[in-house]
Amino acid sequence: MVMDSMDLRQGRYSRQVLFRPIGEAGQRRLMQARAAVIGMGALGTAIAAQLVRAGVGFVRLVDRDIVEPSNLQRQSLYDERDAEVALPKAEAAAAKLRQANGDVRIDPVVTDLTWRNAEDLLADVDVILDGTDNFQVRYLINDVAVKHGIPWAYGGAVSSYGTAAFIRPGETPCLVCLFGPDPGGGHDTCDTVGVIAPVVSIIASLQVAEALKYLTGNVDALHPGLVHVDVWHNAFRSVSFGPRRPDCPCCAGRTFASLEARTDGLTVSMCGRHTIQVRPERPGVGMERIAERLRQVGEVRMNPHLLRCDLGAVRITLFRDGRALIHGTDDPVEARSIYARYIGM
Amino acid sequence: MNVIVNGKPRDLPGEVTVKQLLEHFDLAGERVAVEVNGRIVDRDAFGDYVLRTGDVVEVVRFVGGG
Repeated sequence: MVMDSMDLRQGRYSRQVLFRPIGEAGQRRLMQARAAVIGMGALGTAIAAQLVRAGVGFVRLVDRDIVEPSNLQRQSLYDERDAEVALPKAEAAAAKLRQANGDVRIDPVVTDLTWRNAEDLLADVDVILDGTDNFQVRYLINDVAVKHGIPWAYGGAVSSYGTAAFIRPGETPCLVCLFGPDPGGGHDTCDTVGVIAPVVSIIASLQVAEALKYLTGNVDALHPGLVHVDVWHNAFRSVSFGPRRPDCPCCAGRTFASLEARTDGLTVSMCGRHTIQVRPERPGVGMERIAERLRQVGEVRMNPHLLRCDLGAVRITLFRDGRALIHGTDDPVEARSIYARYIGM
Repeated sequence: MNVIVNGKPRDLPGEVTVKQLLEHFDLAGERVAVEVNGRIVDRDAFGDYVLRTGDVVEVVRFVGGG
């Protein structure tokens, strides 16, 4: 939509235009900009709400899940009705956001981000914002971002702490430079250690602030490193990026392992009545650490070979090679989701 | 040996590498970025980098949830 100078100064965006580093020129740039938000959970909803209200011209929302009652404590775009009728998150969020700002083109996509669709969904935007809950997808985002030269805002939050970083291919280290080539397996998840809303809002806001700086041409204001926040233990820390790694297989060698591996992360197969086997792409998990986390949510029994956890409706049997049997379901999507939520990927 | 880790003074027993420091804080298997005195430490050098008394260490975890 075309706006003259008066509209910008007096209308919906007046306070943002008054903020000097953005101004009229910055606002016009935002209105021309395209962003993708991957994962519409706690981080994703907070990110999308800020982008849409700020007037970013096109916002794509990608999520595979439906709204559940346990989301409502922190995923601020959803309400009880969305959970009751089990709406897909991307659609529920799009409906709310269209009411918040009719000027923005919102493109909800109900799907899992995989090597098959990642370039279709990400290569046509100016910036990517990470609202995902696992490392596998972040490595995939990093691959597409580096391959196509698109900056992306990493963010992660669990418990009361979180980390954010704005990664610019060619300018800053990429995810592989920072944390190595292996997405690995097993980490704290919101389903094992919980999460509180305040830390999510902070991390999402840090991600959006960097995206706004970038999209309005204020690249000198970008934070040159990783920011870590713990709202419960009162820690606000940051670490500089340091140089890009000259031997980085991704941003120096341009080998895009997650994109080119052509695997879907977790393979599932039926395994008898009401049992599904989930096998991660990369074998091996830190069993003791996972046991410790699962004790927060269910009864855990362990022997040298395997771990069993009773979650009530379903039970998990996890082997040292990372393979798990999810008992109590016939739904491969649910089994995969349980693995990602309770074991991590 | 005294070092500052994420803003807090810590007394460590004798000479300690970054790798041992991470083990001490139960972060050995975690994905972290480590800065000592304002300079990032290459993750391949964690085992060789020996901390000195008075060093200021920042450890930031790569957090998974969302």
